[in-house]
Amino acid sequence: MKDNYSVVIFYSTSAAIRAESLAKKVNLKVKLIPVPRNLSSDCGICLRFNNEDKPKIEKILQDGKVEYENIYKI
Amino acid sequence: MIYLDNAATSYPKPKEVGQAMMYFLEKVGASPGRSGHRLSIESGRILYQTRENLAELFNVDDPLRIIFTLNVTEAINLALKGLLRPGDQVITSSMEHNSVMRPLRELEKREVEVKVVPCSPQGVLYPVDIERAIKKNTKLIVLNHGSNVIGSLLPITVVGEIAKRHDILLLVDTAQTAGCYPLDIRKDNIDLLAFTGHKALYGPPGTGGLVIGERVDTKELIPLKVGGTGSHSEFEEQPGFLPDRYESGTPNTVGLAGLNAGISFIFKEGISKIHQYELSLSQKLIAGLKEIPGVIVYGEEQVKDQVAVISFNIKDQLPSEVGLRLDEEYDIMCRVGLHCSPATHKTIGTFPRGTVRFSMSWFNTLEEVDQAIMAIRDIAKSA
Repeated sequence: MKDNYSVVIFYSTSAAIRAESLAKKVNLKVKLIPVPRNLSSDCGICLRFNNEDKPKIEKILQDGKVEYENIYKI
Repeated sequence: MIYLDNAATSYPKPKEVGQAMMYFLEKVGASPGRSGHRLSIESGRILYQTRENLAELFNVDDPLRIIFTLNVTEAINLALKGLLRPGDQVITSSMEHNSVMRPLRELEKREVEVKVVPCSPQGVLYPVDIERAIKKNTKLIVLNHGSNVIGSLLPITVVGEIAKRHDILLLVDTAQTAGCYPLDIRKDNIDLLAFTGHKALYGPPGTGGLVIGERVDTKELIPLKVGGTGSHSEFEEQPGFLPDRYESGTPNTVGLAGLNAGISFIFKEGISKIHQYELSLSQKLIAGLKEIPGVIVYGEEQVKDQVAVISFNIKDQLPSEVGLRLDEEYDIMCRVGLHCSPATHKTIGTFPRGTVRFSMSWFNTLEEVDQAIMAIRDIAKSA
């Protein structure tokens, strides 16, 4: 079965890397990838995660006060 | 060779520091925050790990509130010039380095009111004197944590409480304490913490930064420089978020990789252990020097706590001549003169002559301290 992914788009790579670090600390499967072509963003990288982890990802971003632009399904 | 000039820059560095820098140059290399490829991300991760390590060291919640600069001087300039406006008052002590005094004297010409609170000739600052100097237009208090001349500690925690109570900010210059003395931005009530990477944090020169506490409104803190950040590239205005607001241009990634390894080394050894060890070196050195007839050691008579920076003079010998003999005849490296801190030397009564300064690190030994004491005994006798 194919995995269902979403991505978090950030304003800066520092924020993206911070989000990756926070997610990995609680053992979430995440990966920094180049921003998909159809999602315009200035920051070159975004954080990919499994759809089912969305509430956890949102909580991490909120608790860590990580600024982000949006979350998209890909 | 005995190196006793660690207050200028630490030497040697832990071997891991050079290894981390070499690894970066050979295996990573790329510019962080600019491109989306693997190497750029890895470079960004190294920067972030360095911020995380610093955040742990200073007890900062959000590592992105740590801004990298060239050194502590740049960090202090950013804080002072970014915050102070004509009509504001700023309070400081008479024990400050020129990294604080010179920006303040420049700001004074732009109608910032500068109040220098005197310390005692032993280097003691009474917090009540700071509180008395506070006025309606006071915006900031700036203090060094550890003196770069006599190693004494200023009561930043108590002054920080005063600052909070009066709703003003405290900027602390930790050039001599970050890495060798426990620091906690919350417990010590620090709003802005300026640090350098190349002293007790064991990083290479060209690294340093400013920690921006939660009480600081970043809209009020103007960047020292603006430019490319790799973010918000569609706009010609500087982005407002951290750290990008204050970090423009390609960073010193190779240096920061080294700094990261330096901080990891401190965690491995333990900062309290490092401090206690350096304190034992200082106590032995001070006691040994004081036994030598004609030697004056500056600072308080009974010191309970300090960093490993000690200033002294031998009778009427010139510090420069003592320094030359230490280097040529005894293979001991130290720093003599005014140590970029005329204010401190005026306070302790050694201006314009200056002092001989010995400053130590984790890598100095009790045997080296003994040899330094013997050398001074020799020089004092032969004069």
